[in-house]
Amino acid sequence: MNVKGNQSVESFHRRLGKIMWDYCGMSRNADSMKKYRKMIQELREEFYKDVFIPGSMNDYNPELEKAQRVADFFELGELMVVDALDRNESCGGHFREEYQSEEGEALRNDEDYAYVSAWEYKGWDQDPVLHKEELIFENIELKTRSYK
Amino acid sequence: MKLTLKIWRQKSPKDKGRFETYKVEASPHMSFLEMLDVLNEELISKKEEPVTFEHDCREGICGTCGLVINGQPHGPNKGTATCQLHMRFYKDGDIIVIEPYRASAFPVLKDLAVDRSAFDRIIQAGGYISVSTGAPQDGNAIPIEKDQAAKSFDAAACIGCGACVAACPNASAMLFVSAKVSHLALLPQGKVEAQRRAQAMVRQMDEEGFGMCSNVTACEVECPKEISVTNIARLNREYLSASLGSEV
Ligand code: SF4
Ligand code: FES
Repeated sequence: MNVKGNQSVESFHRRLGKIMWDYCGMSRNADSMKKYRKMIQELREEFYKDVFIPGSMNDYNPELEKAQRVADFFELGELMVVDALDRNESCGGHFREEYQSEEGEALRNDEDYAYVSAWEYKGWDQDPVLHKEELIFENIELKTRSYK
Repeated sequence: MKLTLKIWRQKSPKDKGRFETYKVEASPHMSFLEMLDVLNEELISKKEEPVTFEHDCREGICGTCGLVINGQPHGPNKGTATCQLHMRFYKDGDIIVIEPYRASAFPVLKDLAVDRSAFDRIIQAGGYISVSTGAPQDGNAIPIEKDQAAKSFDAAACIGCGACVAACPNASAMLFVSAKVSHLALLPQGKVEAQRRAQAMVRQMDEEGFGMCSNVTACEVECPKEISVTNIARLNREYLSASLGSEV
């Protein structure tokens, strides 16, 4: 509210969305994600320096509400990149271009990544800390699904 | 296309409110709400306050986007919500008047946004079934006649948008309440409490200050889900037999 900059909340949301769509969409790779993680951080800084939120703090103010959401999206977006970078395999909606079969199918790595990632928030400028929740299968054997 | 908009601006529930005129450049491919987004981005770039309007799903399912456009709730298209209206229905140079719903049970919060929580309280009064249903059972475990199921489904299409109230000269909420009552009363799970439900919901509707139904049927015309007024007849039947204390 007190930033009183020049750019609308919507314009930041769109720019962040474009970065996420282009570089952390369904198909992603480590090189570009490393680069764009930095871009998200820079955009976030720009947001806190130059966003303009009209209206006042004490009235019904949908722009302020949206600004709070977009502020969260910066953190969530960056976390998605961190998580996608950590997982060196292709799995479900996470297709890492480096990990694919010759036919272009997703290549999983169950040896190293059969876990759910829970990330602990460590603060504004800190990297989050990974907690692994192992996936243990007792009665079935992990296989590759084939639609062919 | 260039348009002139006359939009109701009202700072708060207490403010008197007035129309303001705006010019906006839109593309025929835009939805009506996207056209308002464009206007708002322009206002923000001039450091002015954007027009507050409600929206969520933008695909005709949530029921938040009701605006009165040139006097018609949800605009000129039949069977669609404001968010499903497109600018291709307008011509270059058109003047469009945009207002909030006008009904004392729906007070204006700001600009085009009204407080529709009266509907929530009507639902809380009886728009549910009291049995715990657990996990979904097999679809064919309780046989329901196709005709009944279809009628119930049609009534269940009501998205609670409130356009029926805005369209009604008496600001009656009968179409909404009757849709909810019918949707449940037509199915075996909801039949048990049908009369109690009708009484409780009608009582709450009256308390909220909605008007009486005088069979104008303007509600049916403006309803984005084309809910039929025959539901009102069903509600009256449930309500009446409940008041007379007899089962039908
Ligand atoms: S009956 Fe129609 S107009 Fe009334 S609330 Fe339901 S969907 Fe909206
Ligand atoms: S925005 Fe959800 S019905 Fe229009």
